[in-house]
Amino acid sequence: MIKAVNSQRPVNLDLRTIKLPITGVTSFLHRVSGIILFFGIAVLLYGLDKSLASAEGFAEVKECLTSPLAKFVIWGLLSALLYHLVAGIRHLIMDMGIGETLEGGKLGSKIVLVVSTIVIVLLGVWIW
Amino acid sequence: MVTNVTNFSRSGLYDWMAQRVSAVVLAVYVLFLLGFVVCNPGLGYAEWQALFSNNAMRIFSLLTLVALSVHAWVGMWTISTDYLTPMALGKWATVVRFLFQAACGVAMFAFFVWGVQIFWGN
Repeated sequence: MIKAVNSQRPVNLDLRTIKLPITGVTSFLHRVSGIILFFGIAVLLYGLDKSLASAEGFAEVKECLTSPLAKFVIWGLLSALLYHLVAGIRHLIMDMGIGETLEGGKLGSKIVLVVSTIVIVLLGVWIW
Repeated sequence: MVTNVTNFSRSGLYDWMAQRVSAVVLAVYVLFLLGFVVCNPGLGYAEWQALFSNNAMRIFSLLTLVALSVHAWVGMWTISTDYLTPMALGKWATVVRFLFQAACGVAMFAFFVWGVQIFWGN
């Protein structure tokens, strides 16, 4: 196999041929949410720019956020943010040496999914 | 010996550390801002504007922009080197990956400048 990058990093497995375990699912979601957030920065900066520029801009943003579509977009973006945050906190906990075993990793992934689902639902309740 | 030249600090260990340190800054900023908005239900323009024109908040926001730039670069770099590979794309993988990374770098730089204008210009 051709090496992708000239380094000593371990070579990635072909993801198309393996079924992801739960730890892989949470890791993949962490990456997907990161990509969503990278593009979401533009949306958030646009809203922030407008809301800070003038009182009219602020009112416009507030008005826009009452529409179902805008609510859904903001809910989606903030859901990605909250998932990324929860999964990121788990990384920091694992960096301290907690939950690094195979069983610990599986349990940690389950906790990430449960906790992030709860905060995403709460976020939805808060938005609507 | 040639090592990676496109990663952030030319060392995986430093990248790893930069990812963690920037993550903590971003987490604190996000939790603070979410907390502020949740605790102020009928938020008006005056309070919103006052929050962001406060000097401490401007510095905090600038720090967050720097952290975001570092964090996003390490993240997008990691993803591009994992998926935009010869295994997935064939012999043009290096070109595609480099262009993707360049686009991410330009976009992040634009976000940074835009952010500075918002936080320090208003």
